[in-house]
Amino acid sequence: MNKIGLIIRREYLTRVKKRSFIIMTFLGPLLIAAVYIIPILLALHGNNDKHTIAVVDQSHWFERQFTNTETQTFIRLDDISIDSTKKLVQMGMYDIALYIPETQLNIPSSAVLYSMKQVPMNVEDHIKDVMKNEIQVQKLLASGVDPDILENIKTSISLSVIRMDEEGGEKETFTEVQFILGMVLAVLIYMFIMMFGGQVMQGVFEEKSSRIIEVIVSSVKPFQLMMGKVIGVSLVALTQFVMWILLTGVIYVGFSTAVGISQPSPVGSGTVMTEQIDATNIMDNETVQHIVSIAQSINFGQVIIGFILFFLLGYLLYATMFAAIGSIVDNNTDSQQFTLPVTVPLIIGMLSAIYIVNAPDGNLALWMSMIPFTSPIVMMVRIPFGVPIWQIAVSVVLLIATFIAMTWVAAKIYRTGILMYGKKLSYKELFKWLKY
Amino acid sequence: MKIEVKNVTKRYADQLALNNVSLQVPEQSIYGLLGPNGAGKTTLIRILNQITGPDTGQVLIDGEPLRPQHIERIGYLPEERGLYKKMKVGEQAVYLAQLKGISKSEAEKRLKVWFEKFQITGWWNKTVEELSKGMQQKVQFITTVIHEPDILIFDEPFSGFDPINANLLKESILELREKGATILLSTHNMSSVEELCDSISLINKGEKILEGKVADIRRQHRTSTHEITVSADNRQPIMALTDDFNLKIENGELADTLKITFVGDSPKELLTRIMDFGTLVSYQEILPSMNDIFIEEVQSKNAQP
Repeated sequence: MNKIGLIIRREYLTRVKKRSFIIMTFLGPLLIAAVYIIPILLALHGNNDKHTIAVVDQSHWFERQFTNTETQTFIRLDDISIDSTKKLVQMGMYDIALYIPETQLNIPSSAVLYSMKQVPMNVEDHIKDVMKNEIQVQKLLASGVDPDILENIKTSISLSVIRMDEEGGEKETFTEVQFILGMVLAVLIYMFIMMFGGQVMQGVFEEKSSRIIEVIVSSVKPFQLMMGKVIGVSLVALTQFVMWILLTGVIYVGFSTAVGISQPSPVGSGTVMTEQIDATNIMDNETVQHIVSIAQSINFGQVIIGFILFFLLGYLLYATMFAAIGSIVDNNTDSQQFTLPVTVPLIIGMLSAIYIVNAPDGNLALWMSMIPFTSPIVMMVRIPFGVPIWQIAVSVVLLIATFIAMTWVAAKIYRTGILMYGKKLSYKELFKWLKY
Repeated sequence: MKIEVKNVTKRYADQLALNNVSLQVPEQSIYGLLGPNGAGKTTLIRILNQITGPDTGQVLIDGEPLRPQHIERIGYLPEERGLYKKMKVGEQAVYLAQLKGISKSEAEKRLKVWFEKFQITGWWNKTVEELSKGMQQKVQFITTVIHEPDILIFDEPFSGFDPINANLLKESILELREKGATILLSTHNMSSVEELCDSISLINKGEKILEGKVADIRRQHRTSTHEITVSADNRQPIMALTDDFNLKIENGELADTLKITFVGDSPKELLTRIMDFGTLVSYQEILPSMNDIFIEEVQSKNAQP
């Protein structure tokens, strides 16, 4: 057993010391951070540019509608011709000229913006909104409708979804949050299994092709070597995962303090944040309440334990299969034929996750989260929505049983495969190896 | 340690790799395991290393059946060499020693000695891929013997070595035997068999066809061929001897010498006759080389239906 320890140690250390691992460890969180930092930066900076806009309204429909905002100053130049105004823009007195041409009969519905630079989206949108609102009001008046009535008709529905349990307890659910959380976790599991399963396969293949395998198996049992590698790589995966969480946290906190945004509890981070960025400058009581109830709607204990269990077991199941594949291929192009049957269930799991997330309690979801090859991904999609404990238990037991069976199969194939060179293999032949 | 292979048979899906093979490898000797490609040598070696097991028969080490604990007493240099290419030489040697049950500090101490002996001290912190092929072979050899095993199995140890390093290796192998190791040497290099091996066995198509001490085998295969070199001014009388004896006469290496090859049981009479006509320069009985014996034995076996 001491030897397995040595193997795990080597597999772990050589990988963790690799430049690619270090780069991925730091690049990953930066990429994640970029996803939420860049929109914030854009939102913050986009608003900071101030624009002076000369308004040449020859239709005289918009006398008072263009009011100044923090970043936009409107100056009426109704008596000056548009050509002169354009010159003023060229000279730099104004940033933008807004020209609303005269119309004979109708309410104007078009306008032109002149600028030396690209007109920012928010300026364009603001002007469009102002004009649209005013024109709508005018049209309503023209057809004899009081605009106030319309205002009263507009209704926003607040639909709360309450999930009841057997004991009569009620809990509000937030489908969007659960949806996003489930998908993020499923993608993480999928990504890690693919990435680190691939590393196991690559490692086995390297040992075989560099021929060191014969030296090693004259010191340790092939099974010890295989399990040592699988476990060593799993520790690498965990290290990377923990580092990502820590670094993402550090970047997040660092950025937040630097920019001075007060943050909601870390629970909502990354998921609900994007929509709320504009509103988070000062958090009102309602938002806090909202976030607290979202947090309460999800059983985080179950999510975290579930994630660790399904991630580890899913990885172990696939990693042993990848190890077996690494042992039977002679060159990298060969591996396609054998990796496909292994990756297909994983991809099916990922694709079905996209449907299952819309019906997490449906039949498809139930079955896919029980079948061991898809369960790590599909169950992770379901857990944030709440899954009965017995289902999780059955799924985990099935997964463990399959893992043990698969390890037995993989060990048989591995033992023969690592010492087999230059032979084209068929599935029929692999099947024979199981009987050795 | 003494190795006994008893009636070992190993069958792969479509072929018989070893057919009832028995061997006796005496303690503290160098034992040559010979045979054409595909004869079953590697299979036998893998059985000894417990990489694979025999279908029937057994292997005894000092009289007791092969157990997992024996692995740490065996050092194995496979024909296909390999090291972790991206790993540092020293680190790798320590790791491989640890897998054989040596502590880290002990491994480092012993490695220092071997690295000095093989003059590769400066390479400790280089990765394997930076090393030349010969250098890698040295490292590989060191990792094979580092745990001071009682049994050493070398499969083609000399391939890839220049003559100087091959000599260094030969000396090291002889030294290891002096220190008590039992050495199994599998090679196609017959001159090194003659130089190093105490006894050999020859395997062909999964069956042992010859076993014994090298000296005995060569003596058994003698063809009563004698080679005589003589220096004579007048060659005529010597040439005339072909009438009485079964002789072949050629010019010798030196200008005034003749090389006489004689096949017969007793060269005594011939020698006295020759000495009447010239000066005897050398006389020796020609023992067949291991190379000849190898070819002869294998071909005669293969010729059988």
